[in-house]
Amino acid sequence: MNFGFTEEQQLLRAEVRKFLDENVPMTEVRRIAEGPGFDPELHRRMAELGWLGLTIPERFGGAGLGAVDQVGLLEELGRSLVPTPLLSASLFAALLEDAGSEAQQGAWLPEIAAGRRIGTLAFGDEEEWPDPRAIRTVGEPDGGGFLLTGDKEVVADATAADVFAVAFRSPGSEGAEGVSLALVPAGAAGVSVDPNEGVDLTKRSGRLRLEGVRVGEADLLGAPGAAWPTIARAFDRGAVVVTAEGVGAAEAALALTVDYARQRVQFGQPIGRFQGVKHPLAESYVDIESVKSLVYFAAWCLDHAPQEVPLAASRAKAYASEAFPRLGLDTVQLHGAIGYTWEYDAHLYLKRARWLRPAFGDAGFHSERVAALGGL
Amino acid sequence: MDFQLTPEEEAFREEVRAFLDENLPPEDQRGPEFLAEWNRKVREKRWVGFSWPAEVGGGGGSLMKQVILKEEMAKRKAPPLGTCFMGLAWVGPAIIEYGTEEQKKRFIPDILDGAYQWCTGYSEPDAGSDLAALKCRAVREGDHYVVNGQKIWTSIAMWSKWMILLVRTGTDPSDKHKGITCLLVPMDTPGITVRPIRNMSGGSMFAEVFFDNVRVPVENRLGEEGEGWRVTVSALAHERSGISEIEGLRRRLDALRELARRTVRRGRPAAEDPEVRRRIASIDTRIEAMRLNGMRFLTRQLKGEPLGSETSINKLHRAALEIEIGELALEMQGARGAVAGGAAAVDGGGWQRFSLSWPEVVIGGGTPNIQKNIIAERILGLPKDA
Ligand SMILES: Cc1cc2nc3c(=O)[nH]c(=O)nc-3n(C[C@H](O)[C@H](O)[C@H](O)COP(=O)(O)OP(=O)(O)OC[C@H]3O[C@@H](n4cnc5c(N)ncnc54)[C@H](O)[C@@H]3O)c2cc1C
Repeated sequence: MNFGFTEEQQLLRAEVRKFLDENVPMTEVRRIAEGPGFDPELHRRMAELGWLGLTIPERFGGAGLGAVDQVGLLEELGRSLVPTPLLSASLFAALLEDAGSEAQQGAWLPEIAAGRRIGTLAFGDEEEWPDPRAIRTVGEPDGGGFLLTGDKEVVADATAADVFAVAFRSPGSEGAEGVSLALVPAGAAGVSVDPNEGVDLTKRSGRLRLEGVRVGEADLLGAPGAAWPTIARAFDRGAVVVTAEGVGAAEAALALTVDYARQRVQFGQPIGRFQGVKHPLAESYVDIESVKSLVYFAAWCLDHAPQEVPLAASRAKAYASEAFPRLGLDTVQLHGAIGYTWEYDAHLYLKRARWLRPAFGDAGFHSERVAALGGL
Repeated sequence: MDFQLTPEEEAFREEVRAFLDENLPPEDQRGPEFLAEWNRKVREKRWVGFSWPAEVGGGGGSLMKQVILKEEMAKRKAPPLGTCFMGLAWVGPAIIEYGTEEQKKRFIPDILDGAYQWCTGYSEPDAGSDLAALKCRAVREGDHYVVNGQKIWTSIAMWSKWMILLVRTGTDPSDKHKGITCLLVPMDTPGITVRPIRNMSGGSMFAEVFFDNVRVPVENRLGEEGEGWRVTVSALAHERSGISEIEGLRRRLDALRELARRTVRRGRPAAEDPEVRRRIASIDTRIEAMRLNGMRFLTRQLKGEPLGSETSINKLHRAALEIEIGELALEMQGARGAVAGGAAAVDGGGWQRFSLSWPEVVIGGGTPNIQKNIIAERILGLPKDA
């Protein structure tokens, strides 16, 4: 029995942290976030370091590691708040591994691992809701392929992406029936992307419009009409991945406030001596450690116990979606007015938590699933 | 990361299961005769004091096997391993660590056999969370200590033969921890008066204990004079990963779900009420978080790292859950939630009784505020309370 990380896993985490500390300090995070939102040069370096291909099979240029190996990387990315489409690219790659043909995998996975191309998921239309009802984009049969029309309002890293995994449904279909997946290159005719104005500038999204976009049989991921189980698995993996990243951000937010609480003096003593300050911080610590346990286990399930993933992922995401926004609010509040300034970093963590809250299902969705899977 | 047991550990699990198959009858057939037999058998197998050194009569078992043992026992709702609750929990460990050979021989076998009960005389009227403020005084007179003062909240004092007692021997007010000494005291010593206190459930499980010139032989001192704080704190700090407690919480959760299915709330089963569903999901999630936190703690212990303040994480979860489960059960029952007995009572008032027992966990084991202080000060490094 060993519910801990191996030495190699810890080493990887340490390397990631060192690189990010040295190369992407908060000034750099802000430069990217307040500017282009995405730094292609940084992305290329991350690929060189093997981060993009970490979980991509070796025969496609990756390191062939698992979700548990990736957790440390994700936490460190979260800790640094670096704006990066790495999570999107990695989830896209996992989707291809799950459902893509040999040809599709061969075409895209090496490109993703090398950082030359970026893919992202475009599942829900009006909301990012892990439910077939959120998929409204319609594919009219057209020869062996489809003509896609739809409007995906919040697609992660849409402006940086070269290719989208688009979920759509056959005309008149309902629920999980008739749902298909296709690869749509960003440059295809009828595709347009408008950047959204995000709350969290370190997390970019865009609106993907599909106006009669033609996809052929070779572009489909898996059999037509049968994609929902694949999408559901990708949603679960997404929930685990963003939660792991969220843990890192939450831990950094807590560290920032703890440092401040030790230094800031009011009423003749450090404010960290007041229980109105120290107790919420202790509660945040309990929450962070508990989410860690839940998300590490969920990652382990992704690698070793697929049938347990839905419950494990939902527990982790439900807890994180509830606890981390609260932690973000405390981060600002416990700093006083300085926490409200643009210059100070506190608000970045609050915004990250608010980005995390709905991503791949909010607390309401995941709690409901925990209740249902628990037999209610 | 792997959740595999070694072949030896697997074999041990099988051994425990086989033992339970053979020796544990269904719950409604567990009378006093069975219990006596059970206690003898588990003692014979050295499953009482399983992790204690073999030299003192313990099982010399590994941490991992202890977890397996307790887990299997809990799954089958087996009676406890051993009957001397406080003796097994902290008096024994303190004696093993600080006791003389004489004391070990005298007390440890009785604790393992459950020959009698121990009680714990730490808290006083003016020393609760701030235990080191205790005032109960012991003055050395020749080869005796003479004790005067009062203890309170002493669980099962009225049924105990011995008490582990903290007294003040030092006189230097500037170092309140140093002046504390630990004594082992027979409860039938002249000068001891026990007065039971009724709790909010209506029963009496704890008591006030008064000491009036109580003479305790010096040979009954545990550890050196002035070492009492260390003796007891280190025994209380025999922290466990807490994994074996999870089974009990899970059973409560199962019962809560079952209650939700058959309880009508605003015209439909409570199990269909979104708020009930979300609260039950949250309880489920926190229990699982406790289990997995416990696995991480256990992993650290297996690597030889001692556990410290991080166990306060699960104590806080446990306290919150203990209250929330009871509250939700009563809330679901609507007006019947306020009925504790008679024909209208749900489940014979079992939930009402449960919902009055949380102080045992929430207050008795160190309050949530104190747990938060521990985390904030010892883990996060925030300044100590004045
Ligand atoms: C069922 C039960 C069984 C018990 N059995 C035993 C036993 O066998 N032997 C024994 O010695 N004792 C026993 N106790 C006593 C128990 O250890 C104490 O109740 C506990 O330590 C709290 O002390 P107190 O009750 O004096 O509360 P206090 O310490 O007076 O606390 C009152 C309130 O103030 C808060 N508070 C105190 N200090 C702080 C602080 N620094 N910061 C923030 N808040 C604070 C507490 O959280 C609490 O809410 C038992 C208690 C219970 C309920």
